[in-house]
Amino acid sequence: MTTEPALIVENLSLALGRANLVDGVGFSVAPGEVLALVGESGCGKSVTAQAIMRLLAPVIRQTGGRVLLAGQDITALPERAMRALRGQAMSMIFQEPQAALDPLATVGTHIAEALRRPLRDVRDQVLQMLAEVGISDPARRIDQYPFELSGGMCQRVMIACALISRPAVLLADEPTTALDVTIQAQILDLLRRLAAERRTAVVLITHDMGVVADIADRVAVMYAGRIAETGPTAQIFARPRHPYTSLLLASIPRLTDAPKSALAVIEGRVPTPAEFGPGCRFASRCPLADDTCRAATPPLRDMGDGRLSACFHAEQLP
Amino acid sequence: MRGVSPGMALILLLLVAFIVAALAAPWIAPFDPLRQSLLMRLRPPGTTVAAGMYLLGTDDLGRDLLSRVLHGARASIAVAALSVSISLAFGTLLGLLAGWFRGWVAIAIMRSVDTMLSIPAILLAVLTVAVLGPSFLNLILVLGLTRWPRYTRVAYAQTLQVATLPYIRAAEMAGAGSARILWRHILPNIAGPLMVVATSEFGLMILFEAGLSFLGLGIQPPYPSWGSIMSVGRQYVERAWWLTVFPGACLFVLVLCVNLFGDWLRDRVDPRSQGR
Repeated sequence: MTTEPALIVENLSLALGRANLVDGVGFSVAPGEVLALVGESGCGKSVTAQAIMRLLAPVIRQTGGRVLLAGQDITALPERAMRALRGQAMSMIFQEPQAALDPLATVGTHIAEALRRPLRDVRDQVLQMLAEVGISDPARRIDQYPFELSGGMCQRVMIACALISRPAVLLADEPTTALDVTIQAQILDLLRRLAAERRTAVVLITHDMGVVADIADRVAVMYAGRIAETGPTAQIFARPRHPYTSLLLASIPRLTDAPKSALAVIEGRVPTPAEFGPGCRFASRCPLADDTCRAATPPLRDMGDGRLSACFHAEQLP
Repeated sequence: MRGVSPGMALILLLLVAFIVAALAAPWIAPFDPLRQSLLMRLRPPGTTVAAGMYLLGTDDLGRDLLSRVLHGARASIAVAALSVSISLAFGTLLGLLAGWFRGWVAIAIMRSVDTMLSIPAILLAVLTVAVLGPSFLNLILVLGLTRWPRYTRVAYAQTLQVATLPYIRAAEMAGAGSARILWRHILPNIAGPLMVVATSEFGLMILFEAGLSFLGLGIQPPYPSWGSIMSVGRQYVERAWWLTVFPGACLFVLVLCVNLFGDWLRDRVDPRSQGR
């Protein structure tokens, strides 16, 4: 696709006090494309999404970088203009669908609120949207309260809220983590289908490689606040170009593993922001690490096949 | 409604009876509460005259006590309802703002709450009425504007709690402004505890009104109020016990009902106290 990206994040840096939570993160997503932002807990995925929406906790500061929405720099936009974009040009869905719905507002009220109109004016549109996200019997569901719905249905309602105003960008922060596997697959299918139909760019935040393989066109792997590797999903899975990605993939248990065999783990732990040194943040756990890695930050290098990797030794990987 | 015990049903019934009696006082009272009949001073309950029966006796000016107690209920309930409404609205608004914006807004509001709570409310009310002059309106304003800090505290604590919940984040992410979030999402979700506070304050306001009227700072004669009837009755307590007993009993039963209703409401609203 040669279309202009719907969302570009450039060199985004976020800090909590003196600790760099996110350091020079950048990626772009084209309309209709699904980009998975992968990484373990605390690597900065969710704060990145919050920074894109410009709804960071007050203690976290953006220390650098830009966010471009459909080519427009929104980093310095006044709060009022930002509010007009939220829910309209860019939406977000969350991990706990039941908690993300106001217990005292009906399904219809939630979706109408996303359109910023009273429900009675837009009832037909809301009913149609409910049908589109696969909610059975929309005429009954529209007047129900969140407690009357299952987790999967709540997530469908959230998706309806997020997409009814046809945003250019959807940020999905672990949208299926709280759901069981069957529902998870249904929700992912739904997201994928609606994103393609409506040409919505999706940033899917997850730590589940299975989810990534299911739905993402491209992957950005994050480690300790930096991008480790980005590229098309198939290539990342087939031949990772960063030792972290390759260890991450190796740690997924497979059905062909011998029963009761030890699970593959990545030795050590993620450094805390206070422990970040001058070098590669994965160096302390990396089998390929040498003195160069500990002394200097590896830049993201073009691997020639549409991939970028932040590893000095990317070529040494099998 | 499920799970209303017979005792609670009785309390609800009594509350409704008080409210109906207060609303319908002009039509159900057997006599004009202001009409004096000096020949019939301090007659005991059950005295019969040509115009009817003084069911609860008469006061020092020969006015029918039942009619005065009924009209007094009007004053008590009206003062309590209006002053609770004022302090509920004002206190809740401040609490919502403090809990939502935090920072210096919260500091300013919550410190003035602390200041207000350090002033004895009844003393402030006495002083203000004494300066402004006693009247129905002043009474309501004074009670309304001295009792808001309790609502502010509750609204503030509840708002802090609700504001961090995912659905409030979700509303923000969807582009809702502060006013919309406060009004549509936070207020409905904190209304339960506020109603509990309002109910207990309602009982207290009835007592305050009676207390101020007893001191001559509330409802002014000749208009009846339970407090002022008792205040007069105090002088005749050896000769005419009914003047203090009946309005006192009404006051006691009404406030007790309101407080028991408040406890019941709290148990309903607060899931932690539903451990049965």
